[in-house]
Amino acid sequence: MPVAYSQGFTPHPKISYASAAPTGVASEAEYLEIGLCEEVDPAELRIALDAALSPGLDILDAVVAGPGSLADRIDASRWRIELPGVDPAVLRHAVSAFLAAPEVPVERMTKQGRRVFDARGAVVSIDVISTTEAPSEVEGVPCAILEVVVRQVTPSVRPDDVLSGLRVVADLAPPVPPRATRLAQGTLTAQGEIVDPLEADRDGAAIGER
Amino acid sequence: MSVASAAARRSAAMTVWPQLEPLLPQVSKPIQYVGGELGAVVKDWDSAAVRWALMYPDAYEVGLPNQGVQILYEVLNELPDVLAERTYAVWPDLERLMRAHGVPQFTVEAHRPVGAFDLLGVSFATELGYTNLLTALDLAGIPLLAVDRTEAHPVVLAGGHAAFNPEPIADFLDAAVLGDGEEAVLEITDIVRAWKEEGRPGGRDELLLRLARTESVYVPRFYDVDYLPDGRIRRVAPNRPDVPFRVHKRTTMDLDAWPYPKKPLVPLAETVHERYAVEIFRGCTRGCRFCQAGMITRPVRERSITTVGQMVQQGLEYSGFSEVGLLSLSSADHSEIGDICSGLAERYAGTNVSLSLPSTRVDAFNIELAQELSRNGRRTGLTFAPEGGSERIRRVINKMVSEEDLIRTVVTAYTNGWRQVKLYFMCGLPTETDEDVLQIARLAHEVIKAGREATGSKDIRCTVSIGAFVPKPHTPFQWAAMERPEVIDNRLKLLKQAINADRSLGRAIGFRYHDGEPSLIEGLLSRGDRRVGAVIRKVWENGGRFDGWSEHFSFQRWVEAAAEVLPQFGVDLDWYTVREREQTEVLPWDHLDSGLDKDWLWQDWQDALAEYEQDDCRWTPCFDCGVCPSMDTEIQVGPTGRKLLPLTPVRGLRMPATSSR
Ligand code: B12
Ligand code: SF4
Repeated sequence: MPVAYSQGFTPHPKISYASAAPTGVASEAEYLEIGLCEEVDPAELRIALDAALSPGLDILDAVVAGPGSLADRIDASRWRIELPGVDPAVLRHAVSAFLAAPEVPVERMTKQGRRVFDARGAVVSIDVISTTEAPSEVEGVPCAILEVVVRQVTPSVRPDDVLSGLRVVADLAPPVPPRATRLAQGTLTAQGEIVDPLEADRDGAAIGER
Repeated sequence: MSVASAAARRSAAMTVWPQLEPLLPQVSKPIQYVGGELGAVVKDWDSAAVRWALMYPDAYEVGLPNQGVQILYEVLNELPDVLAERTYAVWPDLERLMRAHGVPQFTVEAHRPVGAFDLLGVSFATELGYTNLLTALDLAGIPLLAVDRTEAHPVVLAGGHAAFNPEPIADFLDAAVLGDGEEAVLEITDIVRAWKEEGRPGGRDELLLRLARTESVYVPRFYDVDYLPDGRIRRVAPNRPDVPFRVHKRTTMDLDAWPYPKKPLVPLAETVHERYAVEIFRGCTRGCRFCQAGMITRPVRERSITTVGQMVQQGLEYSGFSEVGLLSLSSADHSEIGDICSGLAERYAGTNVSLSLPSTRVDAFNIELAQELSRNGRRTGLTFAPEGGSERIRRVINKMVSEEDLIRTVVTAYTNGWRQVKLYFMCGLPTETDEDVLQIARLAHEVIKAGREATGSKDIRCTVSIGAFVPKPHTPFQWAAMERPEVIDNRLKLLKQAINADRSLGRAIGFRYHDGEPSLIEGLLSRGDRRVGAVIRKVWENGGRFDGWSEHFSFQRWVEAAAEVLPQFGVDLDWYTVREREQTEVLPWDHLDSGLDKDWLWQDWQDALAEYEQDDCRWTPCFDCGVCPSMDTEIQVGPTGRKLLPLTPVRGLRMPATSSR
């Protein structure tokens, strides 16, 4: 890619990641901005970048950025959290307790040290999904599934913070590590929907097949 | 169901990924265990006739950039019926979880259990990886002792510089290869393939025998070591008729025919070096007497300027790296180094590609090169390695540089815009006194004084970096006594005081040093014999891991293990380290042939004691070190007279050849 570099003695490629997913979670919706020094066809850029990346890191779409920064268009994420070995009824109970609490203080190690912050305020919605089929690789045990919409705040509230919150309010202790996947990020509407941040730049016509 | 999909299912079933994945969020830097790098190769398990697991026995961040492993990885994977994957040492946090959950040592590409491969090839650049070998074997479910292994286990094979004396780990190895690996791994592959195709006649023993018969694969179990009553070795001899008395090193001639790596690995995790490295030559005949690398890699074999240029072009295009490292033991010695540097600088002018060259030679020419390489304005720091503080000790180690030259060179660097110069030294060299080391302070003071005078600025610095000398096998110093850590540490303390004795000058001089203690253990391991294996095992059992990392290394643990294990053999830690050897003593590696004539090495040792210097055979007549005639090799150097032509700049997107995804 004809990537642009910053000025100075140690030039860096102009790449910025908007609210990247934390380590140890899966994601189906990550966004980044790349500064280029030449105009290229976004569809071809998608193919070139996808070919260079590791299997499992798939580039789905590329658009020419319109005005405004990407970060300004991302204010919430939707997560799916699978909890193998947790009974959905038990999870439902914990979620009700979480929703009923005005504030749920949780603790996490951050770069600045141990911090306590509220995990409840940023949660827009939290639902136990009823599904008939167990997710892949889960056999022989019940598996409860959560879907959570979380607002972008500082410090950020991550899936593990929501789980810590469930432990705080209802002693929920999953027997095996739960698996979180980010399903979407973007602009949060009044209805609690998340709008794809690239939508505005797409001119109606989709570039790159999804 | 088709045959192909059945096979895919079976090999998919072999991956330990489902068990490993849930552990990863609980460990530090999990990305180092996931693989998927650009350049990584995943092949179908069932269609491979021979399967190699290649290991660098240190953390991923150190191991991934290793050239040796990357080269062998690519050479092997280019064969259609051969599969090679990589594995690295796992950190103790993951080791604990793997043990708790029964997850075996795995490869990073397809997360296959290491125990399922035909061969486990381990690359030892240093002896400090030995305990990590034991962790990997144990996690892989491979018996630690080679004698306990069956046909179901991989052949555990060591390579790299430390394999020139594999005796301390002989009990844990099935085999070792001395020297260059490119052709060796191909030959070993052929032997394993044939033996498997024939239905594995004679079992593991026959396979090892076939390897040993090549005369360039050392199989320790076929050699017995007898000891004298005083603990020295009486003799090392084959214990069966059909193996050679001595095992010879391998030398890859014509580096232009082996332009690897072509497809360098591009890590997703942060590593110690993120650059495209190309070896511009192998071998070195400068003859520094402490340098094992220089002694065991003779003769000098240059890669031509044209091949270097082409490799850099293709390597950068493939990888997207923006730094190029021109690697060798003394890069400024390439016969066309000036043209290589200016040619590359010209080619990549105006791009973000930067060039680096580990420059160790102390002369003005090096500054010219460094200027060429820093055209884009970055003058971060220059490094020189005088190694010895006094002219006397530099004659002993055969590092020929006069004090005036050194000062002149450093001052030239300052006047050309460098503000920071690093000087490397060793402490504890044979015949060294406190006075030799204190000369380093004087030298550093002189450098700063001259630098300030020449530049009229106080804004210049130099850093003195000093480590303890470790005598190595196959060098003239293989007979030398090591200095005790207390003596080293005291000399370093005196040196520090002397540097700071002048407050004004001392302020401009940084001082970095390594304690004497880890070096003593390195000394035990590098000149050890088979009895040292018991010490390594004891240390490992007591928790020893990652001995190359100061935060993991425990001197106490090594001292205690040595005190517990060695007395039964009538020897001790001192016996291996601070004892000087005599000419007639059988050394543990005498049956391993680096090409160097032992008499020549002894003469060079005597010359060292007499402070007599030895020239370089590239510019003076051959001085009969023994390598070329015994290995049937010759010096391969330029100049070719060719120049690097400008490249047509590539613009726009580089599209994949086939956009299958
Ligand atoms: C780059 C480099 C580093 C880098 C990168 C290391 C890395 N990840 O690769 C860094 C800065 C991290 C480093 C660190 C150290 N290094 Co260093 N390093 C080098 C350097 C300059 C180049 C190495 C290289 O790429 N060589 C080229 C490759 C192709 O050669 P190779 O690895 O030996 O592989 C060939 C053969 O040995 C063989 N082979 C290798 N493995 C195997 C395995 C099998 C199964 C087989 C069959 C064959 C085989 O086949 C390969 C192809 O022919 C060398 C000097 C040199 N030019 O060799 C020093 C050198 C290897 N380093 C050395 C030392 C001492 C160290 C440190 C211990 C320094 C310290 N005190 O901290 C650490 C140890 C780090 C560690 N834990 O391993 C010494 C080794 C001393 C010795 N044995 O005599 C060397 C020789 C420098 C010297 N002259 O002192 N190093
Ligand atoms: S044999 Fe002669 S030419 Fe060859 S490396 Fe030794 S001294 Fe140099």
